[in-house]
Amino acid sequence: MTQNNKAPRRMGGHGMRGTGEKARDFGGTMKQLMKTLRPYSVMMFFGILFAAAATALTVLGPRVLGKATTALAEGFLAKATGTGSIDFDRIARILIFLLCLYCVSALFHYFQNWLMSGVAQKVSYNLRRALAEKIDRLPFSYFDTHSHGDVLSRVTNDVDTVSQTLNQSLAQIITSLVQLVGFTIMMLSISWQMTLMAFCVLPISAILVMQIVKHSQKFFARQQQALGEVNGYIEERYSGHLVMKAFSAEERSIAEFSQANQGLYDSAWKSQFLSGMMQPITTFIGNLGYVGVCILGGWLAIRGAIEIGDIQAFIQYVRNFNQPINQLTQSMNVLQSTAAAAERVFEFLNETEEVAETTNPRPIQDSQGRSLIQGQVTFENVRFGYNPNKIIIHDFSMYIQAGKKVAIVGPTGAGKTTIVKLLMRFYELNGGTIYVDGADIRDYRRGDLRSLFGMVLQDAWLFNGTVMENLRYGRLDATDEEVIQAAKAAHVDHFIRTLDHGYQTMINEDSSNISQGQRQLLTIARAFLADPKILILDEATSSVDTRTEILIQKGMESLMQGRTSFIIAHRLSTIRDADLILVMKEGDIVEAGTHDSLMADQGFYASLYNSQFEDCA
Amino acid sequence: MVKISKFLKPFAVSIAAVVVLLFAQAQCELALPDTMSDIVNVGIQSGGIEDGVLQAVRQSEAEKLFLFMDEEQIRLFEQNYTLLQPQQLSEQQRGQWPQAQQPLYVLKDDIDESERQQLNQALSLSEMIVMSISAQPQTVLQQLNLPQDSDVFAALAQLPQESRAALSEQARQQAEAMGESTLNTAAAQAVKAEYQALGADTDAMQTQYILTSGLRMLGIALLSAACAIAVTWLASRIAAGVSRDLREAVFRKVEYFSLAEFSRFTPGTLITRTTNDVQQIQQVLVMVLRIVIYAPIIGIGAVMKVVQSNVSMTWIIALVVVVILSIMLAAFTIVMPKFTVMQKLVDKMNSVLREFLDGLPVIRAFSNQKVEEKKFDDVNSEVTKTNLFVNRVMAALMPLMMLVMNCVALLIVWFGGHQMDLGRLQIGELMAFIQYSMQIIMAFLMITMVSVILPRGTVAVRRVLEILNCEPSIEDPQQPQSFDPALRGVVEFRDVSFRYPGAEEDVLEKISFVARPGQTTAFIGSTGSGKSTIVNLVPRFFDVSEGAILVDGVDIRQVRQKDLRDKIGYVPQKGILFSGTIESNLRYSDVDASPQQVEQAAVIAQASEFIESRPEKMASPIAQGGTNVSGGQKQRLSIARALVRNPEIYIFDDSFSALDFKTDAALRRALNELCRKNGSTVLLVAQRISSIMHAEQIVVLDQGRIAGIGTHEQLLKNCAVYQEIATSQLSKEELGYDAE
Repeated sequence: MTQNNKAPRRMGGHGMRGTGEKARDFGGTMKQLMKTLRPYSVMMFFGILFAAAATALTVLGPRVLGKATTALAEGFLAKATGTGSIDFDRIARILIFLLCLYCVSALFHYFQNWLMSGVAQKVSYNLRRALAEKIDRLPFSYFDTHSHGDVLSRVTNDVDTVSQTLNQSLAQIITSLVQLVGFTIMMLSISWQMTLMAFCVLPISAILVMQIVKHSQKFFARQQQALGEVNGYIEERYSGHLVMKAFSAEERSIAEFSQANQGLYDSAWKSQFLSGMMQPITTFIGNLGYVGVCILGGWLAIRGAIEIGDIQAFIQYVRNFNQPINQLTQSMNVLQSTAAAAERVFEFLNETEEVAETTNPRPIQDSQGRSLIQGQVTFENVRFGYNPNKIIIHDFSMYIQAGKKVAIVGPTGAGKTTIVKLLMRFYELNGGTIYVDGADIRDYRRGDLRSLFGMVLQDAWLFNGTVMENLRYGRLDATDEEVIQAAKAAHVDHFIRTLDHGYQTMINEDSSNISQGQRQLLTIARAFLADPKILILDEATSSVDTRTEILIQKGMESLMQGRTSFIIAHRLSTIRDADLILVMKEGDIVEAGTHDSLMADQGFYASLYNSQFEDCA
Repeated sequence: MVKISKFLKPFAVSIAAVVVLLFAQAQCELALPDTMSDIVNVGIQSGGIEDGVLQAVRQSEAEKLFLFMDEEQIRLFEQNYTLLQPQQLSEQQRGQWPQAQQPLYVLKDDIDESERQQLNQALSLSEMIVMSISAQPQTVLQQLNLPQDSDVFAALAQLPQESRAALSEQARQQAEAMGESTLNTAAAQAVKAEYQALGADTDAMQTQYILTSGLRMLGIALLSAACAIAVTWLASRIAAGVSRDLREAVFRKVEYFSLAEFSRFTPGTLITRTTNDVQQIQQVLVMVLRIVIYAPIIGIGAVMKVVQSNVSMTWIIALVVVVILSIMLAAFTIVMPKFTVMQKLVDKMNSVLREFLDGLPVIRAFSNQKVEEKKFDDVNSEVTKTNLFVNRVMAALMPLMMLVMNCVALLIVWFGGHQMDLGRLQIGELMAFIQYSMQIIMAFLMITMVSVILPRGTVAVRRVLEILNCEPSIEDPQQPQSFDPALRGVVEFRDVSFRYPGAEEDVLEKISFVARPGQTTAFIGSTGSGKSTIVNLVPRFFDVSEGAILVDGVDIRQVRQKDLRDKIGYVPQKGILFSGTIESNLRYSDVDASPQQVEQAAVIAQASEFIESRPEKMASPIAQGGTNVSGGQKQRLSIARALVRNPEIYIFDDSFSALDFKTDAALRRALNELCRKNGSTVLLVAQRISSIMHAEQIVVLDQGRIAGIGTHEQLLKNCAVYQEIATSQLSKEELGYDAE
């Protein structure tokens, strides 16, 4: 019934993180994300605390190690000039202190990871659960404008992105900030002159990288375009392989492809080259800093302004200084795409839900569990459009007695299932009222109302489970015996017994192990078990083989006994037997009446009828 | 068998160049810590003085040195130095040694490396002895029982040669215990003291040394960057080039695939193999060229440096590599099985959700939302639990690695310190050692990282090779025959049986019929009866399993595919269009068709009305996959496309399904007229009896066999299957029973 279930799923986000996408409302989304995180604020607080502490300790490392190096160097020199020796006790003290420092830092680091992954997983569990529950409360109209792939991708990819950010990027931002500050402090504490020099070199790197990024983005865009062209070409030609073969166009295709492929090569290597330049250039700038430190540090060391160990420490700080900067810029990108992902998740969670249930629902059963419903249906001035700006049913009124047969006819795509969706209150009307047994359908509980209807559709929905389980879906408390009774009544018992495991045959995920016609047969039995007052039937078209079609017809006929039925009809015999024919065209009900009265009207129905069979009429 | 190396061959020179450049880059990267070591050792520790060879020395000091040198050494000294009086000094020398008041030994200019080394050996020891005696003359004087205020060197000069030799022997042993590096440093200190006595600006000399070394480092860094950029340039071109060639080879191969291969692979995977997989190979190739080759080069290079340094600390690096390897191995053995579980769970979650979404109307109709929510919650909890486990194991990995890396530095400082104490190592070398070990570990980590990514690449390569190694099952005959010129469009099936490759049962069994020019032969039957398969055998999209199909008297396997297909105008089930314009699509069947021909075809196919309604008419653009025209329009255009060619045989494979009844009728009328006029053979597959009732010959199929052949009237009388289909579709009046 939903039109969009074939939309392609969005590709998985692997390797795509941090590119492109931006949230429309970054602040608002972040605020909402914070709200989701509130129950975990204590865990997160400690996580951040541990991250900061672990980083601060590692930042200290090189400076302290430098002291050990200096002690070594001084002792060595003293020994060489014959004035002393290396003070191993002091060095041992320093090294043991460092070892403790590193161990504690590693421990903190692990605590932080442990806490944050807990938060990330719990939050994503909650989000997925909330999303799944939300699906239940959304009106059908939502799914007219959003593909299933889109919803799926929100539950899987988008939640995943949010989860990964919580798990890694958040701590990374804290770590990078602490590193940045820590490195600067450490460098300043060694020598302001060397720090100044380092800070002169680093911007060069930033400027160069930015220039390259700017250039490479141009080529990257060109490459993406060329890639899109080539991929599109491939997709089109492969999909049209049959036609290409039929007209012997192989060489023509290859020649055209070759040209596009060469274009892709040109832009591909250039963009690859430019983006590949980044690394050698940052390495070079890093080396530039390294050389600078060696020269300036040497000069300062001679003058006794700094110690040898300081040079070693400084080299480590300078070499690692790029790291937090790169990580921060990367994290910013990740944060952007996270915001975009979170926005999609919250957008879904904030969608308007189905109109609330009535507070005083009308019962459908008496206290003994006997049905109070006859199955009489009335349409009164019904006005409806999937899009409120585009009303398709303008003003439809009709009274249908209990137990009557209503045929809905019209060309493909005329919206024959619309009536069905309205009856079951999958959509809310834009005007007018539908009554069942004289009561507005909005006065029933949704579940109650829908339980009055039985549906047997062509693209019958079955789930991954046994035949028995699928049939029982019509009434969960039915016994095996009752299920088999229903199958017999629907004339499908025999067919089920011919399946390789009878009632225990597994129906696979996309129900591809049984044919479309067979699926429809099972749904007839399922409807029997549910014992509805009103039926909605979709007649098989000619894509079902003749024998199955006869079975389906028999099943449907038994099912229709004593029930009000709405039939989406393709067979003329059904149409002519109907008590009422609703003729649909472009979504609207254009005519209603019996076959004879409609033929006499010489309207759309008559022309439809005649054109379809003009050859034989 | 096609191998991937075939595609690398054209780039062999470039690849070799990449390897050479990577070696150069690794050499440069490895030279940097060496130079740094020089700056620290010589530049800082030894005041920029490389060894014990004096540039200049006062005669008085030289004589002190002679005291502890043997005759040969003194001769070597005198050979290489010139004794100059203060007034003999050149302007430049006076500037260099402003305090030179007495005769000066100055080193000759033309000293080569081996002579310098010999000199260093001759001088270092006595320099050290002289220095330590000058530092503590009392000790020596005491030893020699001389008054504390006497000149120690004058006294020593008085001593017999033997006792002096004993003294220097003693010092030599002492120096040996200190180690060579300590001796060097000590000698350099002595040299520095002499220079200072001569009034030289030793600070400037030191700064000079540091600056020149720094500039050398800069040069090396530049060279390294240049190599890296050159590698990137080459690697990008190679990878993009290989990917271009692969893509083209795959595309060419696929274009010549028959439908048998095509359906074996399915269009979906063929597309991903030509696009994503080739792209993946490109990415991996760049990585191989830039990292996989580089990592071992630099890793081995660093190991060699470490081994050469002749210090027994190599074990530290070996230890670290083993520790890291075991940590990774442990983590992956714990986590890897969970990864597969994870993937399955995610798939399961997806399918539960998909089922939920697809069945929403039914679920709501039966009010079974809670059941579905429970299903989802179960899998959701499981995903969360597994994820948490994996993440918490992985959470230990990074901190542990960091700890190991940090501990390496600690170990090196501690054990290096002891090596220094033994005089085998200087501080700068120790610092370099730390950097080398980091390079080795990094190389190692790079390789492990890449080894995670590489398998993805090999999967892609395998998938692409699968296509390249698949030979089309339908090929042109060695000696193609030509059609019987007397016939024009006669299609004959002789006992044709057909089975899809790999299938267990025949789709068609013993099919025989003849379709004649000017007539319509229609095929009808339920789904799976094989009616579409029959018409797809005529253009030889598949080869028959048994029997033969003859077109104009010749077995179609005996003629060239192109010749056969040139006779046929094929209209597929789905209207498939290519991007371009309406006209380019219509001309697809015959590039040389005249404008009238194209126009005419559009009119017959009932397409001219909507073509004319578009502002650009025939030149209206068609989007990729024809998404900007409706299904019915697509079908009409694809019918027109077949008409442009004006073929002898038309094949309509259920090609009218998307047309509304009126258009369908008008089109069929126009087509009939055309075919009768041109005497074309029409093969028509249809779902609806109303579409084929007037065909000259109707072939009724039931489960791959012919259930009846004849006209509508004949079949209604004597074919049960036909009657079944007919009654299910039409009422009695419409079937014409009552009309009789």
